[in-house]
Amino acid sequence: MATKKMAIIATKGALDMAYPPLILASTAAALGWEVQIFFTFYGLQLLRKSLKGIRISPLANPAMPMPTMPVLLKMMPSMEAVATKMMKAKMKKKGVASLEELRDLCVEADVKFIACQMTVDLFDFKKSDFIDGIEYGGAATFLKFAGETDVCLFI
Amino acid sequence: MNFDKEFDASGLACPLPIVKTKKALNDMSSGQVLRVVSTDPGSVCDMAAFAEQTGNQLLEQSTENKKFVFFLKKA
Repeated sequence: MATKKMAIIATKGALDMAYPPLILASTAAALGWEVQIFFTFYGLQLLRKSLKGIRISPLANPAMPMPTMPVLLKMMPSMEAVATKMMKAKMKKKGVASLEELRDLCVEADVKFIACQMTVDLFDFKKSDFIDGIEYGGAATFLKFAGETDVCLFI
Repeated sequence: MNFDKEFDASGLACPLPIVKTKKALNDMSSGQVLRVVSTDPGSVCDMAAFAEQTGNQLLEQSTENKKFVFFLKKA
């Protein structure tokens, strides 16, 4: 049985959108698949040494199951922190892994992380902002691997 | 059923029961049996899919005291 392959483009840096790439990558690696994630734009946040800055916002997020509140209240400066705290507490209670744990599981299982060089430069990130062991590349680097995959996702 | 090792995934949500089952299998030898206990209802389908794709054989799956119990034979 040939090894299956999966490529993911991770473009989002909000808490809820940070999960799918890491969940799928860690699971695919557990199934013996070869996996690469290409992090670009806000997805680069998932490569930072500390993931504490990753949050969820109730603003413009009408599907988020939170107590009903007017938009003006959702705009209050502290609401993002409150929503993030509530979400993280709920996740912990339900046994959902933290982003740090999932990322560690990916690294341990040899999932290859590639940071998009263009957006790294765009946002003035330094290599020292990110975890060790990642590679830097562009669209051609991603497509070289993506062209040989069984599953290819844009998240 | 006899088993060589046990992994308790109680309280863990997707994808941890599967990812950690794989980790538990890593240091076992071919033919040995791993008993996994989970409370995640999703793990019933997931464990079957894991077994099918990795070649590890799902010998038995049952429910005990609202927990899901799996016996996996390492490929």
